[in-house]
Amino acid sequence: MTIKTDIKDNEIILAIETSCDETAAAVIQGGNQVLSNVIASQIQSHKRFGGVVPEIASRHHTESITGILEEAMTKADVSFSDLDAVAVTEGPGLVGALLVGVNAAKAIAFSHQLPLLPVHHIAGHIQAARLEREWDYPALALVVSGGHTELVILQADGEYEVIGQTRDDAAGEAYDKVARTLGLPYPGGPQVDKLAAEGTPDVKLPIAWLEPDSYDFSFSGLKSAVINTLHNAEQRGEVIPPENVAASFQQSVIEVLTEKTKRAAEQYQVKQVVLAGGVAANQGLRHAMENMFASSSVELTIPPFSFCTDNAAMIGAAAHVQWKKNITADWDLNGVPDLTLY
Amino acid sequence: MRILAIDTSTHVMGIALAEDDKLLAEYTTNFKKNHSLRLMPAINQMLTELEIDPKQLDAIAVAKGPGSYTGVRIGVTTAKTMAWSLGIPVYGISSLQMLARNGRNFQGLICPFMDARRDRIYTGLYTFDGTYLKTEEKDQIILLEDWLSIVKEKEKPVLFLSQEWNKHKGMIHDTLGDQVRTGDFSMNQPHPESLLALAYEQEQAQPAHSIVPEYAQMAEAEKKWLASKEGRGYE
Ligand SMILES: [Zn+2]
Repeated sequence: MTIKTDIKDNEIILAIETSCDETAAAVIQGGNQVLSNVIASQIQSHKRFGGVVPEIASRHHTESITGILEEAMTKADVSFSDLDAVAVTEGPGLVGALLVGVNAAKAIAFSHQLPLLPVHHIAGHIQAARLEREWDYPALALVVSGGHTELVILQADGEYEVIGQTRDDAAGEAYDKVARTLGLPYPGGPQVDKLAAEGTPDVKLPIAWLEPDSYDFSFSGLKSAVINTLHNAEQRGEVIPPENVAASFQQSVIEVLTEKTKRAAEQYQVKQVVLAGGVAANQGLRHAMENMFASSSVELTIPPFSFCTDNAAMIGAAAHVQWKKNITADWDLNGVPDLTLY
Repeated sequence: MRILAIDTSTHVMGIALAEDDKLLAEYTTNFKKNHSLRLMPAINQMLTELEIDPKQLDAIAVAKGPGSYTGVRIGVTTAKTMAWSLGIPVYGISSLQMLARNGRNFQGLICPFMDARRDRIYTGLYTFDGTYLKTEEKDQIILLEDWLSIVKEKEKPVLFLSQEWNKHKGMIHDTLGDQVRTGDFSMNQPHPESLLALAYEQEQAQPAHSIVPEYAQMAEAEKKWLASKEGRGYE
């Protein structure tokens, strides 16, 4: 691309996120000032299907994209001439959904001859921490969401090293499936969290620690164990209080997440730990992380709820790192559903 | 008045640019290769060669479907977002009408169609009155068999225009016999300059926010959901 970025520190970025079922746009200044953060959630529409339907998500994105962008610009009180760059989630995510954001971003960047900054969705979740405080390196991020469960080491700005990830279901996915088994409405993750707070974790469920030195996760066995336990009880005509099932499931998930995070924090001697992603809104997980690092010298950062679930402010925060490194995309930028972290 | 035309609704990707009554540039490819990746580089090259700044555009015309869901979304999203950000309006034009324009000057009925899988087609019926294309039967998705019986009753010559002509010509010939007329390969392919011509004919463009794709049908999941809600089977 021929457009030169004039690298300054207080740049204004219009950021777009459409990787799943939220159409989101935000205006971010200098990587940490949120001038606006607008999200159109499609939850009501997908609720009737019990999960996100990719084609429906793509249709909603196309309908609402320019309205959301306009709202973000208006709320931030900026015009196109104030913008220094346009950022967008390149992947991973639903391909049809990603395409809407990517093509919208290219359309704006091209129309106003602005640099185009590609952002990895997980880098966005991690960089939401930047909206809270400056990074202290080395740092460790635990990213937990409907699509991801990852432990990532950061040695410097935007240098991500994935040291652990899920081998099957993401934690959030397991939450949603357990919620469905318990007959809780979609989206089920927060419902399980709420129910767990009322229960006693007295149901025996497995924890998949995997190999002793592994930072990977596995939740499909746990999920199956919940389903089997409920099924077997039903066969015997017994009723296990659902709040106890939720509490036991939640305890198993949280124990493996917090233990591996702690071990990685020690091994890599990190100064900061960040809890990121939609499941960071989970009260049980938040408290467990807070307790785990309460008496340590490690700084624990948990971005506010609105920056943990999918949003565009986090994409703008991650784009700031791209901006400083002058990493721009050409007009052939495309949505990449299985993009690896950069 | 400068209008940029965009069509990515089928395997054909086409862009064109007109200034008043002059077609300045047209670029078309016809092969299955990523429109999302190739559209903006193509627009960039066209405008760069013409030395036209995006801000000098006055309107955008886009093929809004029916067609490939993803393809239509790429074109519509690009068109509406460019238009919104430039503060200019959009002409949303039926992808079938765009194809039907290849049959202008034909005296009978013009039937553009696209394959919609499972023996169905996206189609409509148009006539040309010497100046304008008129809609005889609105755009729809329909079983080819049902459509052919509708067309047969018209008892007029029908010009079929389609990229998928060869796939369906047997059944069409068998059903309609000597009613059938066909076009050559160029007539079977949508041309982006048709969008410009049709845009000029339209009285008013739309504000960018309001333009949405015409899918001609609900998403599969929505059809199933409606069927289950109404307590009937899903066919
Ligand atoms: Zn996410």
